[in-house]
Amino acid sequence: MGKMSGAQAIVKCLKEEGVKIIFGYPGGAVIDLYDALMDSDIVNVLVRHEQGAVHAADGLARVTGEVGVALLTSGPGATNGVTGIATAYLDSIPMVVLTGQVPRALIGNDAFQEVDIVGISRPCTKHNYLVNKIEDLIPTIREAFHVARSGRPGPVLVDLPKDLVASQLSYPEKQDIKMSSYQPTYKPHPVQIEKACKKIMKARKPVLYVGGGVILSDASKELTELAIKLNIPVTMTLMGLGAFPGSHELSMGMLGMHGTYTANMAVAECDLLIAVGARFDDRVTGKLADFATNAEIIHIDIDPTSISKNVKVDVPIVSDCKNALAALNIWFDTKSGIDLVEEANRHKPWFDTIRDWTEKHPLYYKDDSSVIKPQYVIETLHKHTGGKAIITTEVGQNQMWAAQFYKFDYQRHFVTSGGLGTMGFGLPAAIGAQMAFPDKTVIDIAGDGSIQMNIQELATAKQYNCPVKIAILNNSYLGMVRQWQELFYEKRYASTTMDVAPDFVALARAYGAVGLRATTKDEVEPVIKEALATDNIVIMDFKIEKEEGVYPMVPAGKANTEMLLV
Amino acid sequence: MKHTISVLLQNKPGVLSRVTGLFSGRGFNIESLCVAETLEPGVSCLTVVSRGDEAVIEQITKQLHKLIDVIKVTDISDHEYVEREMVLIRVKAESHTRAEVLRVIDIFRGKVVDVSAKSYAVEVTGPASKIQAVIDILRPIGIKEIVRTGTIAMARAPKTK
Ligand SMILES: Cc1ncc(C[n+]2csc(CCOP(=O)(O)OP(=O)(O)O)c2C)c(N)n1
Ligand SMILES: [Mg+2]
Repeated sequence: MGKMSGAQAIVKCLKEEGVKIIFGYPGGAVIDLYDALMDSDIVNVLVRHEQGAVHAADGLARVTGEVGVALLTSGPGATNGVTGIATAYLDSIPMVVLTGQVPRALIGNDAFQEVDIVGISRPCTKHNYLVNKIEDLIPTIREAFHVARSGRPGPVLVDLPKDLVASQLSYPEKQDIKMSSYQPTYKPHPVQIEKACKKIMKARKPVLYVGGGVILSDASKELTELAIKLNIPVTMTLMGLGAFPGSHELSMGMLGMHGTYTANMAVAECDLLIAVGARFDDRVTGKLADFATNAEIIHIDIDPTSISKNVKVDVPIVSDCKNALAALNIWFDTKSGIDLVEEANRHKPWFDTIRDWTEKHPLYYKDDSSVIKPQYVIETLHKHTGGKAIITTEVGQNQMWAAQFYKFDYQRHFVTSGGLGTMGFGLPAAIGAQMAFPDKTVIDIAGDGSIQMNIQELATAKQYNCPVKIAILNNSYLGMVRQWQELFYEKRYASTTMDVAPDFVALARAYGAVGLRATTKDEVEPVIKEALATDNIVIMDFKIEKEEGVYPMVPAGKANTEMLLV
Repeated sequence: MKHTISVLLQNKPGVLSRVTGLFSGRGFNIESLCVAETLEPGVSCLTVVSRGDEAVIEQITKQLHKLIDVIKVTDISDHEYVEREMVLIRVKAESHTRAEVLRVIDIFRGKVVDVSAKSYAVEVTGPASKIQAVIDILRPIGIKEIVRTGTIAMARAPKTK
């Protein structure tokens, strides 16, 4: 086979890995790669800040399940990407980040635009590589994709010295990847499945507690089948929303700090907690000593470190969620002597209790026609998108209201930075999602603070015809922090007032987008309708009730049953 | 509880940082750490001694195993095992203490490896407790410098009757 440059080989390899779109920003160390990309049909999205590139690749990965790819230059290009990488890492998003590096001969010399990005990113990548030898180049990139998408997914960084990318190589044949030290467990152990099923048979008050792992393994169907078959109520983490239809009567909504009254009560009272692809995060459990104290716990997760990390588990099942849920379904379908109707009926009294909780304390806000309530904005967005839009969010109150009031019926439709809580995530992630699905409605539900963290990506959206819609729930505050100050710091609003802000409508226009504003409740619906009918980027600036809070709320360190209600 | 954990890993650049970064980043403690090549090319064995309750040690072993370059993790303390550490001690040895130092070293089956007019450098090998004992005994005589290797360990072969 003829020789080609390292850069050409990388592009060829990306094609082989199924990459159609990459997000990036050029610089001296990656000129060769950009040059080679010009001759390929991979869409190369030029963002306006490297953080945006990584979030956009992340957004694409979350809605498609494919590996997102970002390409950054050395030094500041790479460091600008770190927040994006950490965001993907905390939410286990499959991603490959290619960074340029100074030529090998200069590494370690404090060369111009040299940073040890492999060292910097080590604790926030699933794995990373500095390629040292030309013959390692393509095998390393292949391995990076394999590691990123297999097992518990995550971002993988490959650092590429400039001289290496510029040198010649003969392209190696594709081979099966063999890694003796990395072999994720995909199939559940039958003994554990049997144990789990017996516990489920015995339970009177079971709860399914579902996290992002179910979505990562595309197990929504298997989960839904199990819940409905056995009549088990379901609660989801922020990352799990959409894994089970939010409008189904078995859905109790989200649990944890801003979870529903029903979900938190049900977890506190259940006698069996079936955790699937969730990791008992502190925002979910509240005070650990009081979490699910009456329950035995089954935990399905592909990552053994997640099991019994925070909460001792009775039946651990190390497996891909999809395979484990399918195995549970098969067990109940095929085991002789099991009457599924009887199984389902056994949970009826429990379900009645749950319904009583929901009737007593549903998700609720005091609507008021003289102001715009943020929850009303979300409900109206839901109504006019038929619940079918892809929703990305920024971080703060806007994110929690979106999670609570947009009832997600489908997986991969809610794109939010859960683990890291990265303000500035929503807009670039929306661009990534829109690039993947040009015909879908993609809405970034934003706060007035967060949107300013990556506002420059409006230009990217414009350049690539991504008609994303941005709904700013504008309270002129860093609202979530203000809410904590209101409740726990005697209303001392230190550094959370954002009265000085751009005119978002004018700002939209400056970027060639459409700006719309609603200052009263009756303007909300027309603004949303107009935005959804516009084939351009639209910023909707909703001047909401400034001191509206997110409720229910479990104060940090308190038990989940000690919720503050509206 | 003290645990001695043996880790087989791919000898790749940065692999030691991955291990130590894991311990520091997650607040696990390292009492000692030793690493060197095995018979197999490209594979190293790392022995780390740490302290923690059962849950912490379980997390340490799982987290180590999760590192992509780690091949195998064994908590040797779960088995019958032998552990060894070596120490080099430079101890004051003047005319009135020279004999005493030699006697102590002999009891601990140590060796003198360097001699000067005023000191001996001695080498002692054994489990960590023995190393500690020899240090405690020599201390009143006057230790000028010590260097310890940290513990290495190996599971005992299963006993056959
Ligand atoms: C990059 C980053 N910096 C700081 C924070 C801390 N933080 C969490 S929510 C929040 C306020 C966000 O304000 P805004 O975007 O206006 O959203 P609101 O809560 O008002 O809806 C802040 C500062 C964060 N999550 N991310
Ligand atoms: Mg705000």
